[in-house]
Order: sequence, then structure tokens, then C-alpha cells
Amino acid sequence: MSDTAEQGRTSWSNADLGIPDSGPARFESAHELRRGLAEIGYLADDGIAGVVYLADRLAKPVLVEGPAGTGKTQLAKSVAELSNSRLIRLQCYEGLDESKALYEWNYRKQLLRIQAAQISGGSDDGLRAASAAQTKDGAAWKHLEEDIFSEDFLLTRPLLEAIRADEPVVLLVDEVDRVELETEALLLEVLSEYQVSIPELGTVRATRLPMVFLTSNNTRELSEALKRRCLYLHIDYPGLEREREIVRTRVPGITDELADQVARIVQSLRTIELRKAPSVSETLDWARTLVLLGIESIDASGARDTLHILLKYQSDIERAAKELLSAGT
Amino acid sequence: MLDLLSGFVMELRQSGLPVSLTEHLDAADAMHHVNLDDRDELKYALGATLVKSNSHWRAFETAFEIYFALRRDSGPGDTQIENLEAWGEAGEKSFPGAGMGLPGQQGTGRGGGSGMTPQELAELLYQAIRSGNSGMLAMVARHAVDRFSGMEPGRPVGGTYYFYRTLRNLDLEGVLQRLMEEARHTAASSDGDALTALEERLMADAYKSRLDDLRKSIESEIRRRLVADRGAEALLRSVRTPLPEDIDVMHATRDELKALQVALHPLSRKLAVRLARKRRHQRRGPLDFRATVRRSLSTGGVPVEPKFRHPHPSKPEIFVVADISGSVASFARFTLLLVHAISSQFSKVRSFVFVDGIDEVTRFFEGADDPADAVRRINAEADVVWVDGHSDYGHALTVFNDRWGDEVTSKASILMLGDARNNYHASQAWVLAELQARARHVYWLNPEPMAYWGSGDSIIDEYGVHCEAVVECRTLRQLERFVGDLE
Repeated sequence: MSDTAEQGRTSWSNADLGIPDSGPARFESAHELRRGLAEIGYLADDGIAGVVYLADRLAKPVLVEGPAGTGKTQLAKSVAELSNSRLIRLQCYEGLDESKALYEWNYRKQLLRIQAAQISGGSDDGLRAASAAQTKDGAAWKHLEEDIFSEDFLLTRPLLEAIRADEPVVLLVDEVDRVELETEALLLEVLSEYQVSIPELGTVRATRLPMVFLTSNNTRELSEALKRRCLYLHIDYPGLEREREIVRTRVPGITDELADQVARIVQSLRTIELRKAPSVSETLDWARTLVLLGIESIDASGARDTLHILLKYQSDIERAAKELLSAGT
Repeated sequence: MLDLLSGFVMELRQSGLPVSLTEHLDAADAMHHVNLDDRDELKYALGATLVKSNSHWRAFETAFEIYFALRRDSGPGDTQIENLEAWGEAGEKSFPGAGMGLPGQQGTGRGGGSGMTPQELAELLYQAIRSGNSGMLAMVARHAVDRFSGMEPGRPVGGTYYFYRTLRNLDLEGVLQRLMEEARHTAASSDGDALTALEERLMADAYKSRLDDLRKSIESEIRRRLVADRGAEALLRSVRTPLPEDIDVMHATRDELKALQVALHPLSRKLAVRLARKRRHQRRGPLDFRATVRRSLSTGGVPVEPKFRHPHPSKPEIFVVADISGSVASFARFTLLLVHAISSQFSKVRSFVFVDGIDEVTRFFEGADDPADAVRRINAEADVVWVDGHSDYGHALTVFNDRWGDEVTSKASILMLGDARNNYHASQAWVLAELQARARHVYWLNPEPMAYWGSGDSIIDEYGVHCEAVVECRTLRQLERFVGDLE
């Protein structure tokens, strides 16, 4: 433990002096990264690839924001796949606390351990015997305490697990805007120094710096402290070219012509003011449906029948049908 | 390069972006890892380290384009410009008679391109939009700026005027029409079918997005020349625009209002989340004995974790009373948007609008997905004029109290929106006092600058004493602060 802690410490203080030291680079260059991601089916644009590359070099977490369904979570998964890392995911929700995010003592097992010690020690009654043991034989109690607060009784949760992992790890903290402001503070130590303090065990430092992605749907403003520690990446809806490519790579068996049509219609839909604009994942669902239905070219009636896959509100569907499919521009 | 970065960070701070020292250091660090010749790479690196909010991205982008514009052009190994030149030459071959010439950058230009007649330029534009060729579009932008912008060196302007002058002369709408007609014609002649509505719409959208690209490249072309003329720092001072949250609602332009609307939505969601969370996290309910005992079984009968019942949440009722008279017209639009956003989040929102009469408009917001729809219906149908259509807060309040006063209970919060300019009518402030005695909270949001309060016919002070808080609310930032202080 002390050996690994030493390493962690070194890299950290180097970063403090302004000398970037993030271990061996995972990716050659932003360009390489982009190509690699494309090979496993994630089409990044220059911005995405650039920021991810930078995050690796600077050993900083990436805060990813953007509309729902634009591939924020998928980005983390794909990066993990590309760099042969294990993906550890922490799904955030309201009420998440440190026993769910960092670690927890397995108190049931601890209780059992104490009881087992009492039985083997020959004492008859539970609590009284324990306190008696404490006064009578301090050494035995100390031994027991050290025993029950050892790693055997520690339940690691995603954050600690990511820090302690020996293999390369990508940590995904999903929908970080759902936790309360106070819980956000929990993340700060982990994200800026890649360490976790456990009072009974001491500080655990990362042996290998994990790559960290945080995603947010922007339901609330994240704290300045958190933002300061992260690189910021905003993923918006893709442009026509990129969307067409995404449809082509992610939907098997689609013709180029249909992919083009799908992308163009979705782009048009996004220019209309809708309650919920179609996201990339909905585009893909739509394209898959069209392929399944054997539609090779979208006409007005085909579009009207399948529009409910793209749009999720009745008022949106009506408006889109009116704008897009009725005559006269 | 580090000096350059410091200058850039200073500039961002001047435009109101909060850039901390750590972020500055990160950016400096990041510059070790990017290829500085690649402008886009640099932009994303700086963006990721310096800008932490999407609404600030536009301001950052503008500043970046200007600040790093000149350096790009004078730098060696400038492939982008060379490419453009190559395009220019290619264009010359394919469009004989088009007088080519590069723009007069840094005073060494080879002629102003004025040899090209407007007709030729229009033809070139038409071809460029039709083919969607980015090189040709860039060329059109350059020539159009040469020909039409009428730029005068040394003038301390931001280029908006030049931009509109160029656009006016290009007649982009006409080009779009011509393209659409041609498309219809080809479709009809090739396979006998007319274009379907869907095809037509897609075609039009494609052309429109190309036209947008052209507008953008004209704008950046003008900016580049202005930078060459006056230097980046001077230009940045002229083009500095407020961030969305700093726009003055009373004097917002239509574009700015649109930006506001976008920014308003998350804010109302935030307000809803905050209030909802407060409700859920009120003190815990009574002990749930059964659940506690059951849970204790796993710890050998020791109740380690007591379990509590969830408290019964009390739903807040909100009464929004908004002045929509002419003196606060643009603020009224903003408030109606705000009301719409609030009412889509809360079940119990009652909204009222008044000028000198008052009417309940809750029904217009119910089930309306589109705020613009609701606003239109309110303007058309709400009965808000009593005598002459000048604000009369006194009368509106009295009527409100008579008709709906009984429904204001201790659970209700009242949100007043208006400038309290009463046209010297009676204030009837006692009504507000009475309402305050009954309601849980009374807040007043005033869109006027605080310095004007109480001047002329403003009687905000008379009302203010009966409110828990009177808040100046001219920008989203102020509204956000108000929401933040609500706890």
C-alpha cells in the first residue's frame, strides 16, 4: 500500500508544480483518438476528440453536457472500449450519499465477527462482555478493532473502486446534476487528487489515474468548484454530415440514400420549434424501424406513420406533420 | 504565446466570463499538448479549459475569432489561406470574366475585387449555394465584402452595419427563390412528378443552411478585415456583447429575447427542482415502527437504523400577478414566458394579468406547450382594459382582492411583476397589506433600474413596505439570484 501511495503522491506533486505528468499516454494524438473511436463505431467530431485527448494528457476529468440522447454516456463507454479499460459507472440520483458512492463498512459482517470473537473467547453475554473485555484486556479489544476495520470488511463503491483498481479504468459519473450540492463536494477530493480518505484506514491514492467522465443534463447549475476541476465539453446535436455518418455506421443494412434522407429530415425537424427535438438515439431508432419495415425511400405517408418514433409529444407530431408534410413552404 | 493567452483571458474576463486562475493555468498547460498551428484544436483546448457553460460559448467564440485572427493570417505555413487562394484561381478558370483579387489584407491587397460586376457576383453566389462548395462560398463572401460593404478604415465600429449592407445587396432571399423554382422545374421535367411537400421542404432547408454558412463567412470576413485595420483589442471593445444572463430585458432585441427564452427554461426548472426538493427534504415524518423492527432483524434485533415515514408534502400555491401594459411591454413578454415556464412545473399556479382591469389567465397556460401560443391568446382574449388602457395598479389590486382574495390562503405565495408606475391613480396599497397578512409570501419583481424607483409616477415604495422583498429584475442574472435567495 505504501509503495503505491508513494507513486500517487509523486504524480500529484508534479502536477502541482505545473509539470504535466499523467503517466503513459493512452492516445497518440487527438487525430488518432478520433480514428480509433470511429473504428469502434463512435463518430466524434474535432471538439470531442480534442477534449478527450487533452483530458488524458492533463489528467483531468471531463464534464460532458448537452441535450439528452446525444451520446454523452456512449462517449465514456467507447473511450473505455478503445483504451481497453474497465468501465466503472456511478449512476447519480437524489439522495446519493458516500456509503453508496465511496465506501461502506460491512457492519453486518463486523457484528458477526464480534459475536464470533465472543463465542470463541468463552464469554456468555454479548454487550457486557465486550465492554468487560475492553477494560480488562485492552490489547484484545485493539486487536479486534484493527481486525474489523480492515479491508475484509470494506465494501467498495464505484469511486473507491476506480481509485484502487490496478487495471486501467474509465470512471463514468452519470447525471451528476441529480445529486445535491452537498454530495457534489464528495466528488471534489476524488476528482482533483484522485484519492479517498478513510478515517480508519488512511488515505487511499490511485495507482493509475483513471479517466473520469461526468455527464450532466443541466437540471441545475453545478458548483463552481466542481466545474473548475473539470474540462468542459458540450456535445450538441450533430451536423448533417456527421449525423448521416452516424446513421450509416450504427444502423446495419441501411442504404446510403435512406441514411441521407433520414439525416436531412431530422435536421429539418430540429429547425422547427418543438417541445423536445429529436435526439441522435431517436434518429437511430427511426432509421432502424425504417429498415425493418423495408422502406427504401421516405415519402410523406411513410414519414407520417413513423413520426411517433422520432417525436414523443402529440403536439410535436402534429406540428411536424403540418410543417413538413403539407404542401407549400 | 503565454502573454497572448493572458491577454486573451483578460479579454474574456472583460466580457464578463468568469475565468479563474486555475482555469488560466489549465489553459496554459493544455497549450503544451496541442498543435498550435491548428487553429481549431487550439480553440477547443482553450474552450474546454476556460469556458464552463454552454451559454458562454458564443461570447468565447467571437472573442477567439477576433483575438487569434490576425495571428493566423501573418503566420507562416498558412495552409488555409493558401487553399483559399487556390480556390480563387480555380474559380477564375471556371468563371471567366470574374475579376479576381484577394482582399486588401494588411494593406498589401491586390486590388479590391471591384472588377466583378454585381451580376457576375450574383451568378457566382447562385452557383456556390447550388453546389454547396465551401471554397466557393468563401470566395463569394470575400468578393461580396469587397464589393458591397463599403468599409471605411479607421472607424470605431463593430462591423454590424457593414454586414447588413453586404447582405442587403446580395439579395439572398431572391437566390433562394430562384433555386427552389429551378428545383421544381427540374423535378417536373425529369420524371413528370412535381416535388412533394417533403422534398421541397428538405431542399429549402439544405439551401437555407448553406445561406447561413455564407452569412457566417461574410461576418468573419468583415471581422478579419476590421482586425487588420484596427487591431484585435480595439475591435473586441466594439463587438463586446452582453452574455445572455446580462441582457437588459426592457431593452432586449428580438434575437436577444430568443436567447433569453432559451436560458429561461432551465432557470424555471431549477426553481421547480429547488422548491420540490425543499418539500421533500422537510423534517422527517414520525417513526415508522414496523419498518424499523423489520430492518433490525438483519442486525440481530438491534434497531441500528430507525426508519421514518415520509412527511405529507404541502403543495405550494403560487399567484403570479403581472402588469402587461405598454410601459413594460418587452418585460411583459418575458414575464409571460416566465409564468408559462413556472406553470409547466407546478400544479398549482394561478396567473393573472392586468393593465387597469385584471383577468385570470391560468386557463391559457394550461395545456399550452408553446409559450408563444399562450401569449397570443392572452393578448387577444384576456380582458384587461377597464377604462383607458393605462396601468392602474390600485384598481387592479382592488378587483383582484374582491374576486379572488378569498382564495389567497396561508399556503399561497404572491409574485407581483411590474414597474409600479401608476399614472397618478390612487395606490390602494392597503389591499396589498391585507393580502400580505393572509398569504405566506409576497414578492415584487420590478424591471426598472433601482435608481428610477419612486421617481415620477412610480409608487413602488408605497407597495414595497407590504412586500417581503422588492427585487430589481432586469436581467436573468438578477432573476437567478432572486431564485437562489428564495430558500
